[in-house]
Amino acid sequence: MNLADGHYNETDHLAPLNPLRDPRDQRLPRIAGPSALILFGVTGDLSRKKVMPAIYDLANRGLLPPGFALVGFARRDWADQDFAEIVHDSVREHCRTPFREDTWRQLASGIRFVAGDLADAAAYESLKRTVAELDETRGTQGNHAFYLSIPPGMFPTVLEHLKSSGLAESGSPNSWRRVVIEKPFGRDLASAQKLNRLVDAVFPPGSVFRIDHYLGKETVQNILAVRFANMMFEPLWNANYVRNVQITMAEDIGIGGRAGYYDGIGAMRDVIQNHLLQLLALTAMEEPISFSADDVRAEKVKVLSAVTRPTSVEKHASRGQYAAGWQGGIPVKGFLEEDGISPHSRTETFAAIRLDVATRRWAGVPFYLRAGKRLGRRVTEVAIVFKNAPHLPFDSSSVQELSNNAFVFRIQPDEGITVRFGSKVPNTSSLQVRDVNMDFQYGDSFVDTSPEAYERLILDVLLGDPPLFPRHEEVELGWKILDPILDRWEEEGSPEQYASGGWGPPSAYEMIERDGNTWRRP
Amino acid sequence: MIRLDDTSGSAVAAAIASERHRQGSPTTGMVLTMLILTDEEHQADATAAAVTAARQHPMRIVTLIPRPGKGEPRLDAEIAVGGDDGPGEVAVLRLRGALSEHANSVAIPLLLSDTPVVAYWPAEAPECPAEDLIGRHAQRRITDCSTALDPLAELARRRHGYRPGDTDLSWTRITPWRSLIASLFDQTIAEVESVSISAESLNASAELLRTWLANGLSTKVEVIETPGLGISAVQMLSTQGDISIRRPDGSTAQLHVPGSAESQVALPRRDLAELLAEELRRLDPDEVYAATLMGTGS
Repeated sequence: MNLADGHYNETDHLAPLNPLRDPRDQRLPRIAGPSALILFGVTGDLSRKKVMPAIYDLANRGLLPPGFALVGFARRDWADQDFAEIVHDSVREHCRTPFREDTWRQLASGIRFVAGDLADAAAYESLKRTVAELDETRGTQGNHAFYLSIPPGMFPTVLEHLKSSGLAESGSPNSWRRVVIEKPFGRDLASAQKLNRLVDAVFPPGSVFRIDHYLGKETVQNILAVRFANMMFEPLWNANYVRNVQITMAEDIGIGGRAGYYDGIGAMRDVIQNHLLQLLALTAMEEPISFSADDVRAEKVKVLSAVTRPTSVEKHASRGQYAAGWQGGIPVKGFLEEDGISPHSRTETFAAIRLDVATRRWAGVPFYLRAGKRLGRRVTEVAIVFKNAPHLPFDSSSVQELSNNAFVFRIQPDEGITVRFGSKVPNTSSLQVRDVNMDFQYGDSFVDTSPEAYERLILDVLLGDPPLFPRHEEVELGWKILDPILDRWEEEGSPEQYASGGWGPPSAYEMIERDGNTWRRP
Repeated sequence: MIRLDDTSGSAVAAAIASERHRQGSPTTGMVLTMLILTDEEHQADATAAAVTAARQHPMRIVTLIPRPGKGEPRLDAEIAVGGDDGPGEVAVLRLRGALSEHANSVAIPLLLSDTPVVAYWPAEAPECPAEDLIGRHAQRRITDCSTALDPLAELARRRHGYRPGDTDLSWTRITPWRSLIASLFDQTIAEVESVSISAESLNASAELLRTWLANGLSTKVEVIETPGLGISAVQMLSTQGDISIRRPDGSTAQLHVPGSAESQVALPRRDLAELLAEELRRLDPDEVYAATLMGTGS
């Protein structure tokens, strides 16, 4: 099995035309065709720390076409060189591959800046002239991707102008227009649908690329590889053997400078709605008939449609706000004391929920999802916790140190897989059993080969390869699952306070213990 | 580095294992064993390149240096494990006297269990690598025509002795050229009428590139002898105008495509370590190389 095989299907329309592309040729990388990326929101953290460095790294790996162009669009009084300077600094600071002067010069020669207000029609006219000039001189051949790294409130304005200025239309069957949008994809079902309608009115569905950077991570794609390329795991992957599934995304940092974004959003909307539900879908879905975008999405949509919510939000969900305290030896502020946060804010910085998957495979297996800030350490993992052995032919004292077997995908950091099982303690008079870990570390077997998620995703946008981007059905299903819980929380008072540097509020522990389970310490 | 004089293959394997344990790291992450067969002249460069490639592909490197002579058969070893040089393990073994004919017996105890074996001949290689005593253990066998006195004659030998799983670094060297040229045909599908490659004389890479282009484009491709570093230019006459890629300095190329302004493309000549790292990315037979190799010399 090879995820890339799925991509071959997607690009079949190119394959037979190019006499030099042989599907058996394993050495030739897929290089993006002539194109320009137009970046809206050039000063944001995401643009500077992820998007710009990823573009450079792609160029450095030889995966961008010689005539690639990067256009910045913002309300700044900048010339091309000023913008190039910003890109240069961010690349120098954050690039993954070594900084090479000749790669940079090649990239820099295609950098342009258009100054203007996002709401000013004239600015779009000048953007239009710039991209037309690039099509002429740089050979970008009318292929334009619009990367909207802007607050969701600006979407209607920008999309409207892209449409009215004609920028969104290619006007030729040989060139394309694509749009890239970042989360949040709405804040509930109604707003997500509204956003989807808005985008669909300007761009056809196949041209809309929603970035969930988790899907670009090698370790997340590896979930499918491990499940469907091996014999030894899938037979156990069901309610007969699995006791529960725990999906954790913990951050050790607070909200930092993102108060404006985070207040009113919270952990549930920020990460559970997208990243954690995607992880749940990949972990629980049935085998797709191929790894093409449509087939994988069909299985994800199926499993997300089968997700059921707890009947009682009080008993099976938990939320909290981090309180002032100490974390890793450093005194930290509480959420309500952070700059830019109202002391009465009811935004949760921790959320945990139990979901069920109503299918024959998963009936009765709780899926626990939790995400939070200022927790014990930074870690994302998916843990499959197995049932107890039906019978243990040992003295009860011999197996006291044995807990449930577990299979853990370590998504980040320290990427890899842990398998936890019991083993005999050497040199004891009786047969004593204790938990041991067996580890696969990505870094040991595949050193230096993992590109950043954004490199993969930006390249896929330029190639027009959709498998790693959630479609609007998946986004809307996510909101359908979570909206009632969010509504319920809206009606209740403030979230519970929890100590910084721990693993969340007491209610999170009560919630899982109610089912007779315990959280794994990640 | 540990020196073991007058030793055996099993003793070397045991020494590596105990050094691993002393450092507290097991070998489970190793993905392959690389056997390098070489003379003294090439051993240092080849081993160093493999050590660098091991940063991407953690592996055990076993360099076997036959030292035939009249003396008693004897094995001398130098071992290095982990450390600043990267995650790999290196054993440089000198096989003296009659032992030089039996490198096989030294290599077997050093192969990691159940992982692929790659054999690499940095200079002189057997007529048929797959049937060689060492080569038969390997699923990937890497040779390098460019080090021969007559690389084109050497390429012909590779063609006669070819078995699936063989590759040659003169093929690896042209991957950047091939990927750049292939990308030009992703969009504009021009009808190509003729192609010329400028390269230094007796260049095996140019011959492989010539054959690959001739096969793919079904057209006549000629190689023009030009002084310079390896391949210095590829020019294509097409119905939509002339396409040219010129790389006079061996690092940056000027690309000219009809309808676009001339652009600069990074097309650097790569060092041995990068070539080996590319070779190790896939270990199944390279069918496109096979098809291309069979067409060379015609």
